[in-house]
Amino acid sequence: MKPLSLVTLVVFAGFAAASAALAAQAPQRPANPASAGSVEAGKKLFASIGCYQCHGREAQGSSATGPRLGPRAIPFAAFSRYVRQPTGQMPPYTAKVLSDADLATIYSFVQSRPEPAKDIPLLK
Amino acid sequence: MSQQQSVDRRDFLKTAAVSGAAALVPGAAIPGQAQTTAAQTATPVTASAPTPPRETDPPPSVEVLTTDRPGGDFMVDVLKSLDFEFIAANPGSSFRGIHESFVNYGGNRAPEFITCLHEESSVAMAHGYFKAEGKPMAVLCHGTVGMQHAAMAIYNAYCDRVPVYIMAGNTLDATLRRPGVEWAHSVQDAAVMVRDFVKWDDQPISLPHFAESAVRAYKIAMTPPMMPVLLVIDGGLQEDPVSPEVHERLRVPRLTRATPPQGDSGAVAEAARLLVAAQNPVIVADRAARTPAGLAQLIALAETLQAPVVNQGGRMNFPSRHPLNHSANARQLVANADVILGLELTDFWGTVNAARDSLVRTSRPITRPGTKLISITALDLNTKSNYQDFQRYPEVDVAMAADAEATLPALTEACKRLITGDRRSALAERGKRLGEAHAAALERQRADAAYGWDATPISTARMTMELWAQIKNEDWALVAESGIMSDWTARLWSFDKHYQSLGGSGGAGVGYGAPAAVGAALANKKRGRLSVTIQGDGDFLYAPGVWWTAAHHRIPLLAVMHNNRAYHQEVMHLQRMSNRHNRGITTAHIGTTIDDPNVDFAKIAQGMGVHAQGPITNPNDLAPALKRAIEVVKRGEPSLLDVVTQPR
Repeated sequence: MKPLSLVTLVVFAGFAAASAALAAQAPQRPANPASAGSVEAGKKLFASIGCYQCHGREAQGSSATGPRLGPRAIPFAAFSRYVRQPTGQMPPYTAKVLSDADLATIYSFVQSRPEPAKDIPLLK
Repeated sequence: MSQQQSVDRRDFLKTAAVSGAAALVPGAAIPGQAQTTAAQTATPVTASAPTPPRETDPPPSVEVLTTDRPGGDFMVDVLKSLDFEFIAANPGSSFRGIHESFVNYGGNRAPEFITCLHEESSVAMAHGYFKAEGKPMAVLCHGTVGMQHAAMAIYNAYCDRVPVYIMAGNTLDATLRRPGVEWAHSVQDAAVMVRDFVKWDDQPISLPHFAESAVRAYKIAMTPPMMPVLLVIDGGLQEDPVSPEVHERLRVPRLTRATPPQGDSGAVAEAARLLVAAQNPVIVADRAARTPAGLAQLIALAETLQAPVVNQGGRMNFPSRHPLNHSANARQLVANADVILGLELTDFWGTVNAARDSLVRTSRPITRPGTKLISITALDLNTKSNYQDFQRYPEVDVAMAADAEATLPALTEACKRLITGDRRSALAERGKRLGEAHAAALERQRADAAYGWDATPISTARMTMELWAQIKNEDWALVAESGIMSDWTARLWSFDKHYQSLGGSGGAGVGYGAPAAVGAALANKKRGRLSVTIQGDGDFLYAPGVWWTAAHHRIPLLAVMHNNRAYHQEVMHLQRMSNRHNRGITTAHIGTTIDDPNVDFAKIAQGMGVHAQGPITNPNDLAPALKRAIEVVKRGEPSLLDVVTQPR
């Protein structure tokens, strides 16, 4: 059994709490769904700028490094605010290194993640 | 070598001439052989009188080239008395004398020689073996090059409070060294390079001295806090004949293990008072359960108090499916606690504080003001200064410099005495709530595991649960996990036996996982237990020769790789730096990933005689591959599956 790192859990909890707080005050994202093209581009960006490192290549999250981001993503404004000015352990992605347009493209990918299958036998 | 020893060595030649000649005479007594039986029964060795000269003896002028009672034989007698099952080594000339004594005089039994391809593997195997077996494995190293190879693994064992019994060969007498390599492989003070992270070391200058130090070293290593020990054994002492004068003084000292230190009775009473009165107590355990009894004792305390337990996983402290196991909710429990009991914690400060790795490093307490902290740890009895594994200073309210496992029974009894009828009802109510919360948490973990279930690279949750499905009905043990994998095993598997989890490396030195797993599997072999390891790719590549050792010694072990093709922790560190410096956020792979070309781990393992499959990239291929691998392991051999996985 691997050690459960309290520091890690604090990171996770910090992001989740901050995200929830931001979500409460953030404007809702535009209603139009992301296009297939932007989803694919978002997937590439998600990998190339390192989001996958903590959140997994499918944005599924990890208890050790970072929370699940999709399919039910927090509102875009809250997402964007946290990426720019994180309050936990996440490194900041400023507009200098990640444009608003690219951030929106990444969000499209996160938002498009499928819901998991129900009743997976190995998880009973 | 001292002046006295130099004299002894000259004396040995006269005696060796006598005994060497005796070996040529049919029926003649050979003094050294008398020790075999005595040694194997661990009784003092009785000295025999030197054989008197015979008419057939060679004249004194003939050069004596053999001896039938080298000092190494007596060393083996002493080491056999300590009941070592195995001795691991990469062969080296500085211990060739005792090596030969182990193999021929000792019969390569108890201890049996385990051939290793790197000293880091030898020590890490002994590290894993101890945690599975509960007793040390012996290790032999060169005093110089071998110790330098071994150093990282010794540090891991030190940080993990694991006794490893190390002997390093050396040639002290400069006038007797062979020219060339033996000089490069000799050293004034062989222990100095690791003295900061061994508990005790010595360099005996005589065989009687060796005997006392060998037994003393074992006793020191096995007394909590347990740590590695080191004996430097001179080549001459191993190889030279035992003189009659020294032989008279030889005996194997009796080992009496020290009882582990138990907490002071007043401190135990105070801790019990705080715990019983607490509304929200939390028990946090790291290296608490030293022995099988430790698991049962922690269950007894938790159930007495109906208190939640956070298992930090340094040892198999608490069953994962026990209703009072709330490890996954550690942060919230600590934040809400009014009393926290820490049992052999590596980092009590880090348990009750949050630190942020940002441009300005900050920290803050997680706990509420006034939360009482109780610490029981034998580490308070032995803290060194140079290496900083002791972590930040925790401000606790009760600090018992004692072994937690030895103290738990008294603490539990003290708590029971304080629990009145009313209090018992309140505690039962708390236990009921905790049980419900535990069940709900397990369902949340299962729900989390479903995300990315069909992904390629394979999700670590999927890999973990495919493996669990194949082993859960076996007598299994997870002997190591290298690489960080979102804690899925702790979150989703049912651990309930003391041997099913052995904790981590201690010092976080990469390269522990593979050899520690092989060492633990060696311990489990005689019990027919299915040893399983989750093997990181970076860890695999440190000293991969240990897979040959596993194949050569027919050590059954199922290794399932968590191959994320990177030193992923370092990928994240480089990303953090890039982001912090506002540049190059796409370059974190440089110098941190293990791809282009991808390593073919199965081929490497196969080349060392290990059954291996992979790389496996389709999650649907896992189950059949695991079944094939387990068939091999059940035949008594190692088997490896290379699984390409998500980062965490």
